Amino acid sequence: MSAAPSQNVAIRTGRVTRAVIYTLLILAAAYYLLPFYIMLVNSLKPLAEIQQGRMMALPLEWTLDPWRSAWSTAQIGVSPTGLRPYFMNSFLMVVPAVVISTALGALNGYVLTKWRFRGDGYVFGLMLFACFIPFQIAVIPMAAVLGWLGLSGTIAGLVLVHAVYGLGFTTLFFRNFYAAFPTELVRSAMVDGAGFFRIFTRILLPLSTPIIIVTVIWQFTNVWNDFLFGASFSDFDSFPMTVALNNLVNSSTGVKEYNVHFAGAILAALPTLIVYIVSGRYFVRGLMAGAVKG
Amino acid sequence: MSSPQTAFMQISGLRKRFGTLEILKGIDLELEQGGFLVLVGPSGCGKSTLLNTIAGLEPISDGTISVEGREINDLHPSKRDIAMVFQSYALYPNMTVAGNIAFGMEMRGVPKPERDKAIESVAKTLQISHLLDRKPSQLSGGQRQRVAMGRALVRDPKLFLFDEPLSNLDAKLRVDMRIEIKRLHATTGKTIIYVTHDQIEAMTLATKIAVLKDGELQQVGTPAEIYNRPANIFVADFMGSPSMNLLAGKVATTADGFVLDMALKDGSVRLKLPSSIASSALAAGQDVILGIRPEAITDRDGADRNSKSVETVHGRVELVEPAGSDTFVITHLAGKEVTARMRADAVVKPGETVPFAFNLEKAVLFDPASQKRL
Repeated sequence: MSAAPSQNVAIRTGRVTRAVIYTLLILAAAYYLLPFYIMLVNSLKPLAEIQQGRMMALPLEWTLDPWRSAWSTAQIGVSPTGLRPYFMNSFLMVVPAVVISTALGALNGYVLTKWRFRGDGYVFGLMLFACFIPFQIAVIPMAAVLGWLGLSGTIAGLVLVHAVYGLGFTTLFFRNFYAAFPTELVRSAMVDGAGFFRIFTRILLPLSTPIIIVTVIWQFTNVWNDFLFGASFSDFDSFPMTVALNNLVNSSTGVKEYNVHFAGAILAALPTLIVYIVSGRYFVRGLMAGAVKG
Repeated sequence: MSSPQTAFMQISGLRKRFGTLEILKGIDLELEQGGFLVLVGPSGCGKSTLLNTIAGLEPISDGTISVEGREINDLHPSKRDIAMVFQSYALYPNMTVAGNIAFGMEMRGVPKPERDKAIESVAKTLQISHLLDRKPSQLSGGQRQRVAMGRALVRDPKLFLFDEPLSNLDAKLRVDMRIEIKRLHATTGKTIIYVTHDQIEAMTLATKIAVLKDGELQQVGTPAEIYNRPANIFVADFMGSPSMNLLAGKVATTADGFVLDMALKDGSVRLKLPSSIASSALAAGQDVILGIRPEAITDRDGADRNSKSVETVHGRVELVEPAGSDTFVITHLAGKEVTARMRADAVVKPGETVPFAFNLEKAVLFDPASQKRL
């Protein structure tokens, strides 16, 4: 009750400000949504309508053909497979890469905060380095390592690269989260007879949901959207989605099928979009959780 | 030092260093079976570190810890047959109360039916049966405290360790739980080591108190010994509330024996020292500090009639604190604030000069240089 009048005052006095804020927000949203709108409407038109120069208009004739083509029949490089196999490649790359880097990051965070050892600060500092090294620097040495391991041009090789490069960030996330995690819980579990891994799996992990979600979103979008490593380390049968999309747009058999390209681009962005929509609200909450939890 | 067979737990020459910083500087301590040892001291004195080394949560730099004659220095906490109650209770937030209590047994591979039986009996003892399905976040502070104790009790260990278990509770609950812990000790007869900075908890619970300061034991003894015969000025000052009055004076000899001269604002006062405290090697002209508890300074009618050595000193009352059961009267003598504990109905008003009856049989003398009791 006591809060209600002050709230009303806030609304009344802030009417002009509010209008300005909303106008700006709507303009910003429109600015960001316009490209998506163009992609979406043009992916639902026959090519002829686009060639008439009606980019902004809604389709006269609605069709899903460009989507079908992009998914299963479009020319990617030399073969008319559509994006489907590469979509699968991306999943085969993303899922293990995210799982491995998240699991190892959690373990690193656990060790760096609850099983301190001499020089652990330096180890953490070196791991943080991975967050700041431009990936381009690592391309040639990494190619050598992959060749040496016999993983060149394979999905397993891409998984390794992404897991290794994700580790800096995932370790940072989990270390900061576990730094605020009460050490007495760990000690209590030790007295109760739980060992290193059981403390981790029974006590820490069940209480790590927010930071796991943050890490998974971060890693999923980064690995899925990566083009550099995909273009550098993959082969015809191991291209991830991003590289295949590039090849789809660049392989010309005469006319540029813009509607197919638009559909393909949306398909490529869809998984990260879904991940954000489903768990995005946890993202902010998770980033805050480590800070407020005492 | 007695043989390890007689002591249930024995610590000798225990040192703990963090780099060059020494936290525990050679602790020697013994505890008999069924004893209740309270480690007490100001914050930073190393009492919690000492408890953690006994638990095995902190490695030690030097010395030995043994239980029942067996050295446990290098044993993992889970192998020491101990249970610990933490200051923050350290309840696992993701598990129910029953899950929390059973976790230790689960880790040790106790079969489920047995676990359930043990949970039930402990929950009954602590009156938390109705809380078993709740999560720790749904419990009040006192309930969490009970669950933490239940988790320790259910294991039926050789040794219980309590790390300031009552410091997060409000005053009333703290007194209730204190009584409960004492009752628990009386009924189970378990050996307990208990860390606190609260000297009242120490006095009321312990069968043995160890007072620590800066990583060194100041005194180990029964509550009565610690209270009545403090080994040094630190212990005298730390234990007891309000704390012991410490007054500087000079020893002199008369035909009757030793006396103590104290300088007052106007002149001085001469107190005859009873043989109980003057028996030690005192010398005329020696500077000493007289330690006397507030309850040994009373109004004349309230003085202990059995005491053969009551001396009267007049002082100006500065402040009167009625505490209900007693009245604390604050004055200044020999340049120091002095608290006297008078009967509740003693008639004293601030500003008056009244006689204070010193029961010197209850007093102790300290050497100002070494700070030790004479």
